[in-house]
Amino acid sequence: MSGIPADIRSILATDCGSTTTKAILIERGPDGYRLRVRGEAPTTVEAPFEDVTRGVLNAVREVEELCGRKLLDGDRIRTPQVGDEGVDLYVSTSSAGGGLQMMVTGLVKQMTGESAQRAALGAGAIVMDVMALNDGRRPHEKIQLLRQLRPDMILLSGGTDGGDVKRVAEMAELLAAADPKARLGAGYELPVIYAGNRDAAEVVRGSLGERTALKTVANLRPQAEREHLGPARDAIHDLFMEHVMAHAPGYKKLMTWSPVPIMPTPGAVGLIIEKIAKRDRMAVLGVDIGGATTDVFSVFRVPGTEETMFNRTVSANLGMSYSISNVMAEAGLANILRWVPFPVNELDLRNRIKNKMIRPTSIPQTLEDLVIEQAICREALRLSFVQHRALAVGLKGKQQARDISDAMSQTASGESLVNLVDLGLVVGSGGVLSHAPRRAQSLLMMLDAFLPEGVTELAVDSIFMTPQLGVLSTVHEQAATEVFERDCLIVLGACVAPIGPGKPGQPCVTVEVKTASGSTATHRAAYGDLVLVPGDGGERWTLTVTPERGFDVGAGRGKPLVRDVRPGVVGLVLDARGRQPFALPADDAARIDRLRAWNRALALYPKEL
Amino acid sequence: MGHSYTPGLRVTESARLERERRLPLRGDVLVRVGDVVEPGTVVARTELPGNVQIVNLAAKLSIDPAKAVDSLLQPVGSTVAADEPIAFAKGLFGFGRTEVKAPCSGVIESVSPVTGQLVLREPPIPVEVTAYVSGRVARVLEGEGVVVETRGAFLQGIFGVGGEACGAIAVPVNTPDAELQPADLGAEHRGRVVVGGAYVSYDTLMRARDIGVAAVIVGGFDDGDLKRLLGRDLGVAITGAEQLGFSLVLTEGFGRIPMAQRTWKLLKQHVGREASVSGATQIRAGVMRPEVVIPIGDDVPERAEESGGGLEVGAMVRVIREPWFGRIGRVAALPAELAALETEALVRVLEIEFADDRERRIVPRANVERIAP
Repeated sequence: MSGIPADIRSILATDCGSTTTKAILIERGPDGYRLRVRGEAPTTVEAPFEDVTRGVLNAVREVEELCGRKLLDGDRIRTPQVGDEGVDLYVSTSSAGGGLQMMVTGLVKQMTGESAQRAALGAGAIVMDVMALNDGRRPHEKIQLLRQLRPDMILLSGGTDGGDVKRVAEMAELLAAADPKARLGAGYELPVIYAGNRDAAEVVRGSLGERTALKTVANLRPQAEREHLGPARDAIHDLFMEHVMAHAPGYKKLMTWSPVPIMPTPGAVGLIIEKIAKRDRMAVLGVDIGGATTDVFSVFRVPGTEETMFNRTVSANLGMSYSISNVMAEAGLANILRWVPFPVNELDLRNRIKNKMIRPTSIPQTLEDLVIEQAICREALRLSFVQHRALAVGLKGKQQARDISDAMSQTASGESLVNLVDLGLVVGSGGVLSHAPRRAQSLLMMLDAFLPEGVTELAVDSIFMTPQLGVLSTVHEQAATEVFERDCLIVLGACVAPIGPGKPGQPCVTVEVKTASGSTATHRAAYGDLVLVPGDGGERWTLTVTPERGFDVGAGRGKPLVRDVRPGVVGLVLDARGRQPFALPADDAARIDRLRAWNRALALYPKEL
Repeated sequence: MGHSYTPGLRVTESARLERERRLPLRGDVLVRVGDVVEPGTVVARTELPGNVQIVNLAAKLSIDPAKAVDSLLQPVGSTVAADEPIAFAKGLFGFGRTEVKAPCSGVIESVSPVTGQLVLREPPIPVEVTAYVSGRVARVLEGEGVVVETRGAFLQGIFGVGGEACGAIAVPVNTPDAELQPADLGAEHRGRVVVGGAYVSYDTLMRARDIGVAAVIVGGFDDGDLKRLLGRDLGVAITGAEQLGFSLVLTEGFGRIPMAQRTWKLLKQHVGREASVSGATQIRAGVMRPEVVIPIGDDVPERAEESGGGLEVGAMVRVIREPWFGRIGRVAALPAELAALETEALVRVLEIEFADDRERRIVPRANVERIAP
């Protein structure tokens, strides 16, 4: 790639999130590439600044202060490095403003509408609405909606090749009548991708060619039983850079600062998750919980084959700031409050959540506030995972042409690929997980949300730099890998979670831990308990896990299992709270009692709540 | 009490504003550039195509789809009334007669020989767009609408619901920290834009609706009441299409929060003057805030807006999160080093001296907003 020096001594990488812009400085030392410092500043896409580079510069200034090096030349990043000033490479990712927000259309909602939705989701977009001729809404209602939602881009699909032209034309005319405006920058044409019946392409061009930035690609549903999402997905990526990013406040300037295209944050995180799964040859689940959206990534084996499949879903309205109110709406207050070990005034909680939504950059100051925010996080993660499991399913039939990077697959009849017993590693990312004051808090949030079964390792992105390393890996694999291994991935520990019903206090599982030095110790957990075996700083433990009769840890009911795990910074957690089912006591007092006991077991908070 | 500035929210005594007024479909523009318009002036009009009803003639008459056209009693293009027979078929061996009646009034648009379906389009729906604000037509968007220009006081709220409304401003409470009570509202507030202080309850809003209040502008409101008002939990903050009978604009947030002094003074200053209000809110990039426009006229000079500025010792700030949510004070110190909160998180903080009791507290810098002195 042009503009990238052959010998790179230092790299500055930023991620412009919807709430915060994060900058990291990587330097090459005697032991290879290492993270030097990290800085952050509020993202400045919104008024009064409306220029993303302001936030980038602020974050870089913090990096300058912390490392004592000059990196900026006025209002520009100084490249290449000269002496001790500047950096050799600058790269960036972005999900500012909630990422790419799209509307998709099809003729029949369950057919081309759904295919278009999968193509958009696969490209890392948020699908604001699926519009179809049969969606029950009247034409003027659709027109009003198109205008009201102000999408970044529209994907127009419909019809099989050689099929009905008239109805595709109707949909194009509807779009033309709506003449929707893009939400960022009123002065440019809205990008529209047409990926429908090829015979209707000319008619569509006639309706939309002059009103929109129309791009025609191959039909994403050329036959009723065949999907072909690749061209539409690639077009979405191209138009994202060409139009949306270029017109988002300040991005045009930002794009000139880096020789590497700005990558959407979910795309960059997905790259890293795929690399981990490939390297460690295990099923991996990754989650990145942001302010507006939560992205879930997974690599699982396709049943009956040796192949693995990568899936990505974007839960558009599940997040910890802009979308926090929607977590409450979708999960319900009761589901949030079930994780809180003290009584809460519901009216007050509702107002708190809404105020966080309208002032998204505030942070918890009190311990109670932190616990509530982490309870909301559990529900956001849980709901995102439910969506992921529903959409990450196997191929419906051999007629379908798909490749591994198609993020979504058939929803109707395919079996979910997500198998919790096979899951080897969970990687969490995003402010609420990466910045949790105690690492055990991140570990328990992920255990509660995903309920892994059998033996599973858990890790977090230490300071939320996976996106930056993802984009860096496209141009400098070595630097990205070295920093990822040494400074990014923090292994929290491992979890042993037996499957099966039981009664509180009933013996459930015994684990013999053999450390690298050869010492052994035996630990037991009764049903309903959470037991922590603190890590000893060692690299590997060999576990011999013996479930009691009626319980399964992956080898079958009552059958032992031997597994190597990394004890990490927290340790080994014997989670005998139950799987299939996992349930919290219905009685409030009993529930609070249980939560407090589990919190104590993991030394979760500095004081009892 | 200080003047509130949530980053990005405008509160200004005089500004030149433009508002685009577009039809949902192409139609007729009824005004010309330079025309003086009032909020209720219809500036553009069109007719939306009526809803479509599908009637499966082949199934209802038990005939071959190809013969559906022949079953019509009136040709395609005819206007029919609701319940009027539109097609028929003779029974087996020519005995008996089966009829299909029009499910609604409309025009027979087409009959498919493939599916045997008849498409009946209901009468068009007239749609008008009003000027929304008093002012002059600055530009005509041919066949689509106009841009109306006005000069006046302008403020943005932080959150709102309901569409557009207009009316004369009335302030039935005495202070910005007062609650707007049902008893504060009377028949004289019909059609008015009513300004409350720190809080309005659901019951008061229902009273306002019954009276016919056009809009309510207030510091705070409970989310529980918002749920009652909307009939659902609001998940994503995209509002404006609610049919509530009035518009609601919150200037400060959720809960009981005194209206910022500057906002309060601005609204008090214009009691009796017509205001245009929109509750439409979108909290995401390309953010859209609810607004109040008070047209004043061309003779008032435009004023530069004050900005909140950066954080510095002595600056007036308001806390925007627990445990001191809503309290106001001055920045007493800005320690450079990170400090540990009760949560154990290490963050940048400031020391605030509260205005009311002079007590000093440590607050994360992320949890305050600058307010004007």
